Amino acid sequence: MTRQGETDFRTRLQHWLPKVVLSPSLAMVLVFVYGFILFTIYLSFTDSRILPSYGWVGLENYSKLWRLSHWTTSLTNLGIYAFLYITICTALGLALAIFLDQKIRGEGALRPIYLYPMALSFIVTGTAWKWFLDPGIGIEHTMHLWGWESFRFGWIKDRDFAIYTLVIAAVWQTSGFVMAMFLAGLRGIDSEIMKAAQIDGASNFNLYRRIVIPLLRPAFLSAFVILAHLAIKSYDLVIALTGGGPGRATELPATFMYSYTFTRNQMGIGASSAVIMLMTIAAIMVPYLYAELRERK
Amino acid sequence: MMSAAQTQSVRTGHVTRMFIYLFLLLSALFYLLPFFIMLTNSVKPLGEITGGNMMSLPEVFTLEPWKAAWSSAQVGVEPTGLRPYFWNSIRMVVPAVFISTILGALNGYVLTKWRFRFDTILFGLMLFSCFIPFQIVLIPMARILGILGLAGSTYGLILVHVVYGIGFSTLYFRNYYAAFPTELVRAAQIDGARFFQIFRRIMLPSSGPIIVVCVIWQFTNIWNDFLFGASFASGSGAPMTVALNNLVQSSTGVKEYNVHFAGAILAALPTLLVYIVAGRYFVRGLMAGSVKG
Amino acid sequence: MGFLDIRNVTKSYGRVEVLHRVDISVEEGEFLVLVGPSGCGKSTLLNMIAGLEDISSGDIAINGRVVNGVHPSNRNIAMVFQSYALYPNMTVGQNITFGLEMHGVPRPEREKAMKEVAELLQIGQLLDRKPGQLSGGQRQRVAMGRALVRNPDVFLFDEPLSNLDAKLRVNMRTEIKKLHEKLKTTIVYVTHDQIEAMTLSTRIAVMYQGHVQQLGAPKEIYDTPANLFVATFMGSPAMNIIPAQVVMQDDRPHARVTTRDGSHAMLPFSQANLAAWDGRDILLGIRPEAITDPDGADRKSDNIVALGNHIGLTEPAGSDTFVTMTLGGRDTIARMRADVSVSPGDRFEFAVNMDKAIAFDPGTEDRIGP
Ligand SMILES: Nc1ncnc2c1ncn2[C@@H]1O[C@H](COP(=O)(O)OP(=O)(O)O)[C@@H](O)[C@H]1O
Ligand SMILES: [Mg+2]
Repeated sequence: MTRQGETDFRTRLQHWLPKVVLSPSLAMVLVFVYGFILFTIYLSFTDSRILPSYGWVGLENYSKLWRLSHWTTSLTNLGIYAFLYITICTALGLALAIFLDQKIRGEGALRPIYLYPMALSFIVTGTAWKWFLDPGIGIEHTMHLWGWESFRFGWIKDRDFAIYTLVIAAVWQTSGFVMAMFLAGLRGIDSEIMKAAQIDGASNFNLYRRIVIPLLRPAFLSAFVILAHLAIKSYDLVIALTGGGPGRATELPATFMYSYTFTRNQMGIGASSAVIMLMTIAAIMVPYLYAELRERK
Repeated sequence: MMSAAQTQSVRTGHVTRMFIYLFLLLSALFYLLPFFIMLTNSVKPLGEITGGNMMSLPEVFTLEPWKAAWSSAQVGVEPTGLRPYFWNSIRMVVPAVFISTILGALNGYVLTKWRFRFDTILFGLMLFSCFIPFQIVLIPMARILGILGLAGSTYGLILVHVVYGIGFSTLYFRNYYAAFPTELVRAAQIDGARFFQIFRRIMLPSSGPIIVVCVIWQFTNIWNDFLFGASFASGSGAPMTVALNNLVQSSTGVKEYNVHFAGAILAALPTLLVYIVAGRYFVRGLMAGSVKG
Repeated sequence: MGFLDIRNVTKSYGRVEVLHRVDISVEEGEFLVLVGPSGCGKSTLLNMIAGLEDISSGDIAINGRVVNGVHPSNRNIAMVFQSYALYPNMTVGQNITFGLEMHGVPRPEREKAMKEVAELLQIGQLLDRKPGQLSGGQRQRVAMGRALVRNPDVFLFDEPLSNLDAKLRVNMRTEIKKLHEKLKTTIVYVTHDQIEAMTLSTRIAVMYQGHVQQLGAPKEIYDTPANLFVATFMGSPAMNIIPAQVVMQDDRPHARVTTRDGSHAMLPFSQANLAAWDGRDILLGIRPEAITDPDGADRKSDNIVALGNHIGLTEPAGSDTFVTMTLGGRDTIARMRADVSVSPGDRFEFAVNMDKAIAFDPGTEDRIGP
């Protein structure tokens, strides 16, 4: 008998081909994502200014960073912004989803209206909101023309309130997406559970409070993770809407990093702020992705 | 009673339903308002905005702001309008979408049908790359683009968008192909089809929907990007979003709100069109982007 | 040496070994069925024969050629899958000829081969349809057509009938058997359905937890199962397993079993070698059809024993009536003629065909020879 234990060449090639095909993408991700992350982390320990420089300064950039009121203001702003943004988006998205799920006539027309802002650039929507909120020509001006002389809405020009205009525009942009996530969750609930609860005599309010909303837990988690990471990454909207002002009233870590690195030539400090942003997002995303990937296996 | 409960999963009273409809309609107004304002004010003469009411329909209808925004408005230093930047964006988006989709499809194919040790970890690494704050890569990316001679060029942006788009496109195809029966791949192997033949003859012909989802998502994301555009291509190579921002933020001269609005709509038009034509796929992409496949 | 040789083959996923030293030799023209519960490793073994899974150790040879590492398409095998695995984007005709196309067979020959197969399987009128437009039975035929057109050395079937409804399954089973009788090609067929295994095979390999428990002709497997697992897996309802003790009486080994009222019954064995087990506990195995009413007992047997016991449940099943009793503390099923008159609670004289009884070692769970 002929013995052919040797694998033929084409079959061996086939064995390697999948890995060969995957490798360019993998190499790109390893270099451009993980390599760059390491490089930025390294820079955050150096005395880089306009250009990368490799003088080791230890934790100096980090200690400088935390002493900068500019940075702490950014963080405080982010705290306020993220909290309101996540809470309002979730509440509004949930309300819209639950209401839309009541066999609403015209659901097919309403849903795309709630969602279309997601298709637009923050720069575009920022422009729209910027002029709409502008007291000179926007809603305040309109109210005056309509005869409500005492109406005041100058938040976008007010240091104490400008951050809330960011929240308004950002909620407008993403709450439709949250609605879609909850709606998918609602549609995934076994209708027999709903029927059983109704036969058990649960009122509508209790049906939602005790049965439906607890069943939406995965959707809540996804929404939270997505919104949190969007909040931390928020950059475009700030640039388009307020440019970080008035003063520093709407500075966020993302704008801080950009201006320290590229306009103030404090690359070391900029890098350390980027590292902190990454850590924050990783703390949220990594456990979530880990759980998702394990589930799937 | 029972049959009623079957046709309508939750029964609501008349007053409640009135309230629900009211809430939904008011919300719809809230979502439509900014777009309404952009649209109406983009066809008004400037005087009608500054001297008049932003909420009212135009008394004089004019397309001048659109023409100005497209071809003559001051963007940065040159009075070129947004037109050259629009084409910059097109030149950037088309190859970037094409390449990242192809790579995503191949990756998804390998990761689901040619599994090997540590493949889930590799995928996890790719997936996490979608969610990083891009600030963390700005500095080294600027350096590398400089070294490669791609700084300020469309090619540089294509590279950037491909690199940071691979995670999502791989996610889409991986989730889709995971549900694609592996037995088909095995049958094709027995029939004598090899790696690329299986991909081309068996997988791709069944991938229509996910290709649409992926293309739409990448198109929307790359078109709408501002951070990379502003960081790596701020001059005459800038994409549409950066140019729009320059137009709106320019501090010289009178603020031509109508031109700004027209420019904003021009910048929004491609993605908006895609949304109107294929919104269903856009939503699918969004949902898959929240990872749950 | 056979036509298809599986020699000492093992399969591991990482550190977990899921197939342990499988050794099977199949003659040309045989119909080998791999049967066992889900997860026992049947598909894994079949996939290794096909070349779809690597072999961790050992050899597989087809027609005298070791095929380890040879691409599936170069092994001259064809496979029919449980889900049929028809390419959804191709027509039936394209599905059938895809393999020939991949092997560079020119179009006219492909067309000719397709026509022949279509005629054999009576699917000529389906050739231009897409798989999505076919019924389950039609898809099944197309999948077989795709395998047949290759004219392979070995056909591999992985649970090809389990997605069909009960009636169609029986029809297709008959057709597969006819096809085998006509073509005489070697077949390896995977199923978890022991009836399919019994009806189709010329030989059966019963698998459990990655081991081949027994390899043999269907009758051999049924009558002399190697161990408790094979005994209870093959046959429906399953073989009764009754705790008993071997007692010598009149120089003959008997099984002493406890009836429901606590008294003992003595059942004489036909196997003399059980004398060696005198005084020890065994498990007595009797198939339901070997326990009947006295009139229904097998007349050819010379070891029919009467056993008085109370009747538990009766389950009329149309062609038979199943009667339950308690023996050795276990529910024991007897298979009787449909018209037997029995009612629950009555005392009844069962006829036990001890020619068919076997004994198992309760420790190793192996059948006590010969
Ligand atoms: N890719 C794999 N990785 C790890 N374990 C596997 C893999 N494929 C199958 N197994 C394990 O191998 C065993 C046999 O599987 P299989 O051959 O599909 O069983 P069967 O076809 O008899 O139902 C099962 O326990 C299964 O969990
Ligand atoms: Mg199986």
